[in-house]
Amino acid sequence: MVSVSNKPQSDGSAKAGPSTPTESLERIRRPGDPLRMSSRFAIVAVALLLSLTYYFPLWEITLDAPQYPEGLGLEIWINQIQGQHPGDLNKINNLNHYIGMKKIQPESIPELRVMPWVMRGLMLFGIVVALVGKRGLLFAWLVLFVAVAAAGFVDFYLWGYDYGHNLDTEHAIIKVPGMSYQPPVIGSKKLLNFKAISLPGIAGYVAIGSFLCAASVWFIEFRRARKGGFRGL
Amino acid sequence: MRTNRLLLFTLGVGFLILVALSPGCADKQEAGGFGDAAAKVYVAPGTYDEFYAFMSGGFSGQVSVYGLPSGRLFRVIPVFSQDPEKGYGYSEETKPLLMTSHGFIPWDDAHHPQLSVSDGQTNGRWLFINGNNTPRLARIDLTTFETVETIEIPNSAGNHGSPYVTPNTEYVVASTRFSVPIPQKDVPINTAKENFKGTISYIKVDSATGRMNLAFQILVPGIAYDLSRAGKGPSHGWSFFSSYNTEQASTQLEVNASQNDKDFIAAVNWKLAEELVAQGKGQTWPANYYHNYMDAADVGQSEVMKEVIMLNAREHPGLVYYLPTPKSPHGCDVDPSGEYIVASGKLAALIPVHSFSKFQQAVQNNDFDGEFEGIPIVKYESVIAGEVKEPGLGPLHTEFDGKGNAYTSMFLSSEIVKWKLGTWEVVDRIPTYYSIGHLMIPGGDTKQPYGKYVVALNKITKDRYLPTGPELTHAAQLIDISGDKMKLLLDFPTIGEPHYAQACPASLLVENSKRWYAIEENHNPHAIKAEGEARVERDGRDVHVYLSTIRTHFAPDNIEGVKVGDKVYFHVTNLEQDWDVPHGFAVHGASTSELLVMPGQTRTLLWEPRMAGVIPFYCTDFCSALHQEMQGWIRVSN
Repeated sequence: MVSVSNKPQSDGSAKAGPSTPTESLERIRRPGDPLRMSSRFAIVAVALLLSLTYYFPLWEITLDAPQYPEGLGLEIWINQIQGQHPGDLNKINNLNHYIGMKKIQPESIPELRVMPWVMRGLMLFGIVVALVGKRGLLFAWLVLFVAVAAAGFVDFYLWGYDYGHNLDTEHAIIKVPGMSYQPPVIGSKKLLNFKAISLPGIAGYVAIGSFLCAASVWFIEFRRARKGGFRGL
Repeated sequence: MRTNRLLLFTLGVGFLILVALSPGCADKQEAGGFGDAAAKVYVAPGTYDEFYAFMSGGFSGQVSVYGLPSGRLFRVIPVFSQDPEKGYGYSEETKPLLMTSHGFIPWDDAHHPQLSVSDGQTNGRWLFINGNNTPRLARIDLTTFETVETIEIPNSAGNHGSPYVTPNTEYVVASTRFSVPIPQKDVPINTAKENFKGTISYIKVDSATGRMNLAFQILVPGIAYDLSRAGKGPSHGWSFFSSYNTEQASTQLEVNASQNDKDFIAAVNWKLAEELVAQGKGQTWPANYYHNYMDAADVGQSEVMKEVIMLNAREHPGLVYYLPTPKSPHGCDVDPSGEYIVASGKLAALIPVHSFSKFQQAVQNNDFDGEFEGIPIVKYESVIAGEVKEPGLGPLHTEFDGKGNAYTSMFLSSEIVKWKLGTWEVVDRIPTYYSIGHLMIPGGDTKQPYGKYVVALNKITKDRYLPTGPELTHAAQLIDISGDKMKLLLDFPTIGEPHYAQACPASLLVENSKRWYAIEENHNPHAIKAEGEARVERDGRDVHVYLSTIRTHFAPDNIEGVKVGDKVYFHVTNLEQDWDVPHGFAVHGASTSELLVMPGQTRTLLWEPRMAGVIPFYCTDFCSALHQEMQGWIRVSN
């Protein structure tokens, strides 16, 4: 949006004087000009790539303990929370009753119903950016992308905090003074006999990759515009 | 004739002396002569064995599961005998599996495990095993390693030559080791010759579910049918049964059943039998036998069967032939190609090998040497492919390595003899400790054996292990057959008596091994799906306790309202859905064993309180850090 309101500057036209066809194309571009066709296609591709987030987990929390050589862990999907292996969620809930943690019940987590719509919005926005073809709009999309991600992480942290700290101390079987069981947002942490390792899942990497692609497109367009003498995003 | 008898008698005495002396005679492998044996059987902690071996428990009535090459025991699968460790035959759900027409029989003598096959090769689906004493067959599911079906064999006694499978597990067989009046009647024992008969039974196996069904029986002359194998390849459609006591003696069999120079291998054309039955040529005989199985809800059911289809062998030309075979043959083993039938005459000085193609030719040419109670006897010379000369003493059983070699166990000379198919020359021999019965090569009875090891299944151990009083462990010995010379690698003890064993590559079973039962698929009528459904219900003098277990408590754990004289049924559902987390259940004064309930399973224990008071119950399987706390009380009032 910002770049749309930019006015052409005088030294932009001063640079005129084409010697090759490419230069001539560069020269005649204006601040409000649409994105190049290749950039638009790239943006559509990125928007479509995001649809992969419906088919793979966004984030994985692996629980490592000697008694679980077969593996144990949770997958956070855009619309569900499930075990890494069949039965894992059940096992984790059963283990958590020892420390008084409440049950993880995916059906009672509203975010899992909201997130698919947020993702659809993000994808739709991407398509609109490609259709309209304004660099400013692309930048706005990137900002929204970051905002959604930040909100997601904050939400993830808060849920983790709630599960890890609000323990039913009256019924907890194992009570370790001062111990809380919040899993890390990213990285690993020792929780009693378990080592909790939190890392992006395939859909998480897809989302990060998509953002980096979109940001690169914007950056290339931005650089090109800078050469054309613009300021602004 | 008289001198002949005398000679035989002298030979018999000679053998007896050998039996007595054989353990002491065998040469022992020199200490320190084992080379790299330790490395060959060492399966490092946390790593897996290459093969599963299933060994019969003999008179323990069970099957044991070992790893090869380590010789480590993993599990005992209860089959024909109650097993308090697992609650098998004690829980209401599994009791029906031990039902017979003679009532509840919690024991049998289990002899020959047999893995299911497709196209003559092990497929890893089921294991069958016979019960010799009260003729029965059982099927074990190899995803759960649990017995899921038993079937009683009517018109039979001593179900020894069983349960050998046909090449696509179309059938498992059963045959009578002890001839008796069929149908049973009250006659003088010394009328055996005229009154005793045998049967050979074909039990159809459903290819989808494994469910067994006695398809038909063949009434055969009353001699002792001993062991069997089905033909394969060119001999597909036939089964072979070794026999002894063609003398039809009914007393002092030791002597009287060892008179004839030749007994028989019965060749049975089961494809023809199938056709005859399809054409309605079989007679329907009244019968009374039990068929027991775990139903879709994992609850044992018993059906009483009242009929059987009988084919009288002498009325159907081409159905059964007798191949003369020296001296009370035991093993009757078909080589991987399906052409050779190796007979092992316990008292014979050679190993005769019959040729299937010569047998077919002889039948075409009518090369018969009379008949036995209406069954044609094929001329020995017309059916014999070759004889292994001077193999050793007391040949019992032969298996194959798939590389053209056969391995025969020698009970009397206590050794394994390796010889070549086709040339019949002995190429190697190795002592066993002591008195080997059967031997087993993984897949050694199939089209494609895994000829890496042979396992000797020994009857006597004497000084091989630390002594444990008069009764010593039976044992197996693992022998490397990958090279030209056999090499002893390992001795390991077995449970009961390991008559026979079967083995298959671990990879066939590992992936399919069940970790737990899905609770949502538990259709036991007394199952509860969640702790909230736990309850106590009274129905007259019956009290049903719907009890749940999950780490680490019972629900309910305080039960009141029970009276002396009530029948209390504890229906215990294990709500766990995790690998290796069974819970146990035991109550003070119960006359049954504990229950051991797998995750997602329901098992029922019947308890009849005899006195008023407050009685504890608890979990018997250490399930978690708070296992000790997993207990409850039941109040019994007058």
